[in-house]
Amino acid sequence: METIGVPRALAYYTYFPFWKTVLEGLGRELVVSGTTNKAILDQGVSEATNDLCVPIKIFFGHVVQLKGQVDKIFVPRLVNVNQGDTFCPKFLGLPDMVEYGMNGLPPLFAPRIDLCKKIRGWFDLAKMVAEALNCNMISVLKGFQQGKKAQAEYDSLLLGGYAPKEAMELMYTGQKGKASGAAKKPVGTIALLGYPYSLYDDFLNGNLLSKLKGLGVKVLTPEMAPPSDLYSQIRLLPKGLFWYFSNRVLGAGMYYLSEVNIDGIVHVSNFACGPDAMVNKLLELEAKKYTCPFLTISLDEHTGQAGIHTRLEAFVDMVRWRRQRACE
Amino acid sequence: MRITFPYMGHSHWVFRQLLSELGHEPIVPPSPTKRTLDYGTRYSPEFACIPFKVLLGSYLEAIELGAEAVVTTGGVGPCRAGYYAPLHQRILADLGYEIDIIVLEPPLRNMKEFYRQLRKLIPPGIGIGNLLCILHRAWVKLNAIDHLERLSHQIRPRELERGRTTRVFRKCLELIGAARTVSEINVAREEGVRLLTEIPIDREKELLKIGIIGEIYVVLEPFINHNVQILLEGMGVLADRSIYLADWVRGNALVPGEKDIKRAARPYLKELVGGHGLNSIGETVLYARRGFDGVVQLAPFACIPEIVAKSIIPSVSRKLGIPVLTLFLDEQTGEAGIKTRLEAFVDLLLQKKRKGAGAQWNQVTWA
Repeated sequence: METIGVPRALAYYTYFPFWKTVLEGLGRELVVSGTTNKAILDQGVSEATNDLCVPIKIFFGHVVQLKGQVDKIFVPRLVNVNQGDTFCPKFLGLPDMVEYGMNGLPPLFAPRIDLCKKIRGWFDLAKMVAEALNCNMISVLKGFQQGKKAQAEYDSLLLGGYAPKEAMELMYTGQKGKASGAAKKPVGTIALLGYPYSLYDDFLNGNLLSKLKGLGVKVLTPEMAPPSDLYSQIRLLPKGLFWYFSNRVLGAGMYYLSEVNIDGIVHVSNFACGPDAMVNKLLELEAKKYTCPFLTISLDEHTGQAGIHTRLEAFVDMVRWRRQRACE
Repeated sequence: MRITFPYMGHSHWVFRQLLSELGHEPIVPPSPTKRTLDYGTRYSPEFACIPFKVLLGSYLEAIELGAEAVVTTGGVGPCRAGYYAPLHQRILADLGYEIDIIVLEPPLRNMKEFYRQLRKLIPPGIGIGNLLCILHRAWVKLNAIDHLERLSHQIRPRELERGRTTRVFRKCLELIGAARTVSEINVAREEGVRLLTEIPIDREKELLKIGIIGEIYVVLEPFINHNVQILLEGMGVLADRSIYLADWVRGNALVPGEKDIKRAARPYLKELVGGHGLNSIGETVLYARRGFDGVVQLAPFACIPEIVAKSIIPSVSRKLGIPVLTLFLDEQTGEAGIKTRLEAFVDLLLQKKRKGAGAQWNQVTWA
């Protein structure tokens, strides 16, 4: 059976259930790289151009992990998923950067995902997948139907507060985990904003999510906000951002600020992230409008867990005092 | 209305005339200095690219000079430049400046909005014929400036008296700047050509050929790239710049162009990545085909499209045997750092060339 390697990085956290269903339905065996660790990060750093942001370097590291183990490596080219916006250029050029940046790779499975034209887009995608994997269109289209179902289930779990890891465990092993953010009497509610591949990669962010929960805070992520509300917030801007993930983060921030009573915002960004330079400033200005405490955490390959935790503790302390003062 | 505009290279001579003929008072931002950059970096996001910071700084300086509005262009991404205007406006509003930013977005996206923005610029009294004449004059002026600049880059590496070309070219710009009508501009252009070709040069001098590619703003603005082209020319290099504003306007706004560049880039990058990412790859390929000795890529620090290009260019470079030096520029970049790296790069290219061409190249001396 042909094996396809899936790097556990970037869009993995958002779209894995869809592709798992589709590719397994087509009789492929999936090999997912392990969770990010120091070795993966180091390999990524040595393979990738130094100016790239750390999530892309980590992606390169995961590709190195899969090298030699699989027949093909899945490197999707995400172009458009919702008619409105596109992706960061690094997502648009990802297969080319991997292909020309690394040696000794197995062939890439790099479908171009452009759903700008809706049904036509799905059709083109099916054709590409069928050609790349040498199977017929009908089975691919059927697989898409199944995949969309799995994706919808996954999305609703995320919406209910499960982290991707918990949601996938629940879907694939039936293990019942507890939904995140379920502290009994939270000391406050914090909107934790950032791209899925930064928020849910525990190695990259130094276990930020569980640290915040451990501090007794209720955590809200962009995945926990209804997508339609995110976009109605973005439409309030004179001009929406160009990047899908960025619009989600900014929309979530605006949604939580205006509709939900939050005590603070933590924006998790990556060193030298292009879109985040814009998102961060816009979030800061929005938070200022509501006089909501705002913390930016910028991650890179040198980030230490202790540094992140100290800042989070200080921020949560400050949120708690603010609350107490408001009660008095 | 007192209107200012983004400062980029020599284009202010054209915008100045365009705005004043439309009946506005053009507020020309002072050419960028350390002060502009300080202003810009103080209020910009840390990881915004350098053009964003310079523009914000120069808007603030123009506001001090009394500007009431800014006219600039938009964009549809995924390059961040398309989002400059809304964010500049938010930041300026946060600082307490309620300045009108007139954004000319690509007309085909939203015809009505484009017209609405254009209406703010064009007073009702100006007829369509008159408007076309004004635009034509601006176009002629832009082309004249680019023509003379190209010529100056041919002459400077061969000049016998160091610095003379730069002085003469400055004179040319003043001549063109003062000319108003089409015939005056053409006279100034001819006068400029005469002045430049009168500069004594060494015709026999063997020159290295280096192409300059990258993101348009940092390629066109000498303050940010520390006069990279002139530095190279001082080292005995014929430096060819891939972007001139008139060509860019012709290829991107008037008729679809740059097809050869895009075709050349295709095998390496199969997707438009915004900005000049695809162009940087395509131009590297074309310079290699034209037999250039090397390429210098200029990009703002953290520029996403150029980073994508940079991670692919090493393959292009290996495959086609053309050395490429990438310089990421930001507010921390110093001229000495750039110069050292350019000198090392030029040394390398000279050695490579000598190895290939044998004895005749041993005679090359530094200008």
